Amino acid sequence: MLDANVADAPLLVVEDLKVHFPVMAGTLFQKQVASVKAVDGVSFTLKRGETLGLVGESGCGKSTTGLAILRMLDITGGRVVFDGQDITRHDRAAMRPIRKRMQMVYQDPFGSLNPRMKVVDLIAEPMIVHDILPNSAARSDRARELLALVGLRPDMADRYIHEFSGGQRQRIGVARALAMSPELLICDEPVSALDVSIQAQIVNLFQDLQQSLGLTYVFVAHDLAVVRHISDRIAVMYLGRIVEIADRETLYKRPQHPYTQALLAAVPIPDPEIEANRPQVAVTGEVPSALRPPPGCRFHTRCPRATDVCRVDEPALRDLGGGQMVSCHHA
Amino acid sequence: MSVTAAPAETSAAPSPRGPMANFFIRLVRDKPLGAIGAVIFLLFLICGVFADVLAPYGINQISPVNRLKPPSARFWLGTDHLGRDMLSRILYGAQLSVIIGFAAATLATIISVVIGIVTGYLGGKVDLIVQRVVDAWMSFPELIILIVVVSVLGPGMIQVIFVLGLTFGIGGSRIIRGAVVSVREQMYVHSAQSMGASTPRILLQHILPNVLPPIIVLFTTRVGAVILVESGLSFLGFGVPPPAPTWGGMLSGTGRTYMYMAPWLALAPGLCLTLVVYGINVLGDAMRDLLDPRMRGSR
Repeated sequence: MLDANVADAPLLVVEDLKVHFPVMAGTLFQKQVASVKAVDGVSFTLKRGETLGLVGESGCGKSTTGLAILRMLDITGGRVVFDGQDITRHDRAAMRPIRKRMQMVYQDPFGSLNPRMKVVDLIAEPMIVHDILPNSAARSDRARELLALVGLRPDMADRYIHEFSGGQRQRIGVARALAMSPELLICDEPVSALDVSIQAQIVNLFQDLQQSLGLTYVFVAHDLAVVRHISDRIAVMYLGRIVEIADRETLYKRPQHPYTQALLAAVPIPDPEIEANRPQVAVTGEVPSALRPPPGCRFHTRCPRATDVCRVDEPALRDLGGGQMVSCHHA
Repeated sequence: MSVTAAPAETSAAPSPRGPMANFFIRLVRDKPLGAIGAVIFLLFLICGVFADVLAPYGINQISPVNRLKPPSARFWLGTDHLGRDMLSRILYGAQLSVIIGFAAATLATIISVVIGIVTGYLGGKVDLIVQRVVDAWMSFPELIILIVVVSVLGPGMIQVIFVLGLTFGIGGSRIIRGAVVSVREQMYVHSAQSMGASTPRILLQHILPNVLPPIIVLFTTRVGAVILVESGLSFLGFGVPPPAPTWGGMLSGTGRTYMYMAPWLALAPGLCLTLVVYGINVLGDAMRDLLDPRMRGSR
């Protein structure tokens, strides 16, 4: 009974998360003149062992959401609850024990690993920081175990990072994130810097690790094919908000929000006949500035179905049943 | 391609030799110019340390009969206007230059690194205010600061080391700060922060090793620069006071006065100065390259 309760309780709850960056003017005595609303009211819950895909175009706030959950950024409003503990206002010291349990995998495996450290030291570093294994021999053994876990040879531990390929580096990045046995991994576009042939291997690695270690993922990406492969549920973001969230199959088969439809329509189908005959959803123009998001529905400036109500009234996220939530007046 | 395939075997199995021995082997093999620099530097150090043993005559042993003698078997580098043996004075001069050059350059580097790393990493208002103070300091010619210090405390080696160390150190902090600002934005620093690493750990483990190249170059150029500036100061009478035999003092004092009658008086310290500064600089360049793991196996 107790186990069932623990398993059912969400690992991560994000409620009305807001991250605004102040725009300052002046040199010595600065004054806030505006704010960039990078994330403006994002909510979702994530169960243990589940994968949430966060998609959207550049600048929609998907990476910022990931960083805010890790408390790498100051949260302007809303709440982040990790395993029943509200960490929204935790300071550095209070976050330390939490940091062990949530780790990040970075987009760029070239820049996110210190070139002056050996692989073994890179993987051992989190263990030193959190004082998990007291002596360096034990840490080194653990680092080699982790290398094997992510599909690299343990004897590669004494090399420097420039001796590895992109895919191998990303595996090292994953091994480093796993060093503290975290429960939640925030993956910030972990495959978008890799060759397509390597992407599949890394995505499979993420899936294997999820199965063997029971990991929970927030998987930030802009590649819908990758997200479809790995995610249980997918949230589509636009200008700092979630416009649609649904489980994978529903979202791909019955997208309700015009933006989701447009995104899916933009994915090419490798069959010229189907590609030529399928309905086109045209989205024109540029993403408006997050400094001054449009009134009403944020998407109305580019939406093919926009009406008067969209220009005035901001639609709330409505439950359409079956776990599908959409913020659109016309869905 | 197979992901587990071994990358090019750039690093062979760890060699049984110690890291220092490895470093010197690579220095000789990959950086012959740097090795020459190291030899010059080593000779300079030996001269400095063992000047008392090596010098054939006392530094201030006057011999009026042998005034301004050209180089000979008896006086290898000739004698000056008081009949003092130039070779002995050069050797003792090396001692003083070693002390002043290294003490001031070390002090300067420590000051540069501390100011540069702290202001570069913290950024914001601390950076703004400290760097404006640095601006103000840099706008003073070091000579004026030195004249003030010397008139208050009197001339001497400690004053020279202190003033040169401080002046070069504060100016050099700008270079370190620039390097730190670019390293601070690297993802691996961000990654260490997200891991919960402490600020000292980030500074020592991630920032410092990655700003090592400019630190090494800063230090080696500073050793040369300090020795040169000290010679200028001695000329003006603000350096180490005579009869202490500094190379700068010899070059700009008796060397200049007797340039036409006895050119060896200027040539000997001048050539020594040039050689040592050159040696330290090429050694520094070689070290910068050899200490970078990315340069392993490349030339």
